Amino acid sequence: MGEGALELLAERIRDYRAQVRLVRAEEIPNAVAKALRARNARRIVVPPGFPAEWLASGECEWLSDEGPLTPAELDRVDGVITSCVVAIAETGTLVLDGGTGQGRRALTLIPDYHLCVVPVGRVVRTVAEAMPLLDPIRPLTWISGPSATSDIELDRVEGVHGPRTLEVIVVG
Amino acid sequence: MRRNVRVALFVTCVNDTIFPDTGKAVVRLLRRLGHEVDFPEGQTCCGQMHVNTGYPEAATALMRRFTQVFGGYEAVVAPSASCVATVREQYPRLAAAAGDPALAEEVTRVAGKVYDLSELLVDVLGTTDVGAYYPHTVTYHPTCHSLRGLHLGDRPLRLLRQVRGLRLVELPEAAECCGFGGTFAVKNPAVSTAMGIDKVTNVISTGAEVLCAADNSCLTHLGGTLSRLRAGVRTVHLAEILASVESGAA
Amino acid sequence: MSGHTYLGMPAFPERSAAAVQDAQLRHNLRHATRTIRGKRAAVIDELPDWPGAREAAKEIKDRTLRHLDRYLVQLEEAVTAAGGTVHWAADAAEANRIVVGLVEATGERSVVKVKSMATQEIGLNEALESAGITAYETDLAELIVQLGEDTPSHILVPAIHRNRAEIREIFQRAMADWGRPAPGDLTDDPRALAEAARLHLRERFMSTRVAVSGANFMVAETGTLVVLESEGNGRMCLTLPETLISVVGIEKTIPTWEDLSVFLELLPRSSTGERMNPYTTTWTGVTPGDGPQTFHLVLLDNGRTDVLADQVGRQALRCIRCSACLNVCPVYQRTGGHAYGSVYPGPIGAILTPQLRGMQSELDASLPYASTLCGACYEVCPVAIDIPEVLVHLRARAVQESGHRAERLAMRAARWVLERPVRLTRAQNAAGRFRRLIPKRLPGPLGGWTDTRDLPPVPRESFRAWWRRTEKGDS
Ligand code: SF4
Repeated sequence: MGEGALELLAERIRDYRAQVRLVRAEEIPNAVAKALRARNARRIVVPPGFPAEWLASGECEWLSDEGPLTPAELDRVDGVITSCVVAIAETGTLVLDGGTGQGRRALTLIPDYHLCVVPVGRVVRTVAEAMPLLDPIRPLTWISGPSATSDIELDRVEGVHGPRTLEVIVVG
Repeated sequence: MRRNVRVALFVTCVNDTIFPDTGKAVVRLLRRLGHEVDFPEGQTCCGQMHVNTGYPEAATALMRRFTQVFGGYEAVVAPSASCVATVREQYPRLAAAAGDPALAEEVTRVAGKVYDLSELLVDVLGTTDVGAYYPHTVTYHPTCHSLRGLHLGDRPLRLLRQVRGLRLVELPEAAECCGFGGTFAVKNPAVSTAMGIDKVTNVISTGAEVLCAADNSCLTHLGGTLSRLRAGVRTVHLAEILASVESGAA
Repeated sequence: MSGHTYLGMPAFPERSAAAVQDAQLRHNLRHATRTIRGKRAAVIDELPDWPGAREAAKEIKDRTLRHLDRYLVQLEEAVTAAGGTVHWAADAAEANRIVVGLVEATGERSVVKVKSMATQEIGLNEALESAGITAYETDLAELIVQLGEDTPSHILVPAIHRNRAEIREIFQRAMADWGRPAPGDLTDDPRALAEAARLHLRERFMSTRVAVSGANFMVAETGTLVVLESEGNGRMCLTLPETLISVVGIEKTIPTWEDLSVFLELLPRSSTGERMNPYTTTWTGVTPGDGPQTFHLVLLDNGRTDVLADQVGRQALRCIRCSACLNVCPVYQRTGGHAYGSVYPGPIGAILTPQLRGMQSELDASLPYASTLCGACYEVCPVAIDIPEVLVHLRARAVQESGHRAERLAMRAARWVLERPVRLTRAQNAAGRFRRLIPKRLPGPLGGWTDTRDLPPVPRESFRAWWRRTEKGDS
């Protein structure tokens, strides 16, 4: 992934007005707890396979998607926490493929808050480097910042239909 | 700097008919710099208006004439970026469409020796200081064909900066088209005029006395607009500024 | 394109003349296009090799177009294998029939829509409406257009001609007719307007069972469709409904998954001026337990194979609808999109519309002339479409159509004069002699010049006459 890719990723995600924390592996549970507490987010959806040891906070109710959750239920949670399959530094992009720790697409769409943990070794520098790591048969969601629109006078406004707040924890 | 280059002048039909002073300025300038200038009298028009309006056959006929007339020269200069762009960009296409490989080859060969005035001066003759004197405040409009067609870059500005007495002021939004566009000016007069007015508004904002460009066609449009608005700004072709000397011969 | 007739619609010069008088429109356009131009330039400059990326994108598209038949069959096989159903539509009417039939088969009376040029091109919303099916546009700009009973004027930002105050007024007036009304205290802050759209559409997304989309790309090798968007309305439509119907022009095909990468680099940077758009969704057929379980792909020709047959004109099919050419176009910036009388406005519209619809109508025949050939569009186009080249090429086709008689005669006369220097000399001498008789206002079509601009004086002596008189300028 090369020199400074994690820093570049963090910088580029921040450009989209999303919050980013760079942490070491052992700091993940703390970082997660801190992020959720800061938002007072308590009811959090956790997709299948998301590492339980990262969810140390005792203040939260962790909701599983076995059921699965209806759109109306998803609309009432405080947020969702996922990992991602690849992150692209140059463009500040997180790619989710519905695999372990990511869940189906609706989980990161309807809740208003998305906290994404980028695990070690998932960061590439360019879009071209990401392509061979992705399986096009799986439905992919590429996320670069919170939802936004430039439809009014080409002025960018964050927060329309997707999560209005995106927060990222990059593990390095 | 090179000396004694034999240059053929392609004056262009518009300059020939309406702006002879521009052609005369090129002759004077190049001779002053020690070069030989010839005006092959068999020349007429590059065919730009025809090809751009949708009459490629007529343009092809004019292209054949052009290659015959200028084929034997080492360098051809035209004081019109859009005519040079026609030769460089359109001729190969016209020749290809005509399905004549010999013509295509000849056209490519000739087109490689056709230069806009500032290209000839800077690239071929190797000079930016032509010893000119022009005591006026000037702003320069890079026409679309000089900017995006020929990629003249800052060559004209480098030439203007060396002119004694000349104060060069920057034109805001210089890269934007002036709205002339050949037949566009008469086929879409409302938009053409709106663009022209925006351009001259920028020109007037610089406080320049003179608007300079490398193409008299755009200057006709802008000059006509400036004159209608009684703006008091004159339009002068780059060649005429570069040909001016202390005695005030321009 | 669609079954409408464009005969009798005023041509571009008349339509644009009205537009340039609209000071508000010109202000809105100027403000918006300048903002986006600056952003685009900054993120394009960041690319390590823009010319290389552009050339690669062009090459991929050209290769695809050369073997389009083969790639389309490959695409169909891959989509089918992944659980989707592929339909072929030769024209707008057939595409509309297919989509209406598919929606009717679900028993639903409404669909949610993701912004799509193809469905606008075929007039799908109107076709659905006549079948009693309501199509809800969900993209913010499309919503503004739909609520305002307006038509789009820009590829990327269909409501670019509206400013915030106008948008607020439209929301307050019309939202209630379509669903949840606008908040009573709505301001014209873009944030507040976006929030109003969010609330207005939220319930609709959760409850509508059928969605209609287009796609930015289709990957032949894998059968994958790709939609780039910003707001999340696309994700809502592509994820929550049970049935998804995508209507896509056949030229949106690219051969392989790896080929997608260069377009994902170029498209967002060229269109919204971002390094990457907020959301991109890719899907291949259906995925059990995630997203719509029924997927239909309608492959739309509607004139595209005719365009393909034109060696010069076919490069228009490389277009990835980024709208960079609109944002830099000095003509578009002053006329807005409506003057082009097509869902494809601006420079790309000027070369695509006449090719898709033909040039029988006065409007369509005037579009290739709606440009000064300034070349700004070519310079920014991420797939290097030489728009001026195609414009000139189409002009040569346009003059074959009727309505150019006077001009043909004038051009023939000019050619006659210019073919022989002696004729040119004679004409110049005459002009010099009669120069005082030239009126300040010219008659006929040339009056378009003298209405607003003075003519330069005709000199007494042409250059050529001077050269002779002074014996090669030596005097
Ligand atoms: S023609 Fe080129 S610049 Fe214009 S919309 Fe299409 S891809 Fe973009």
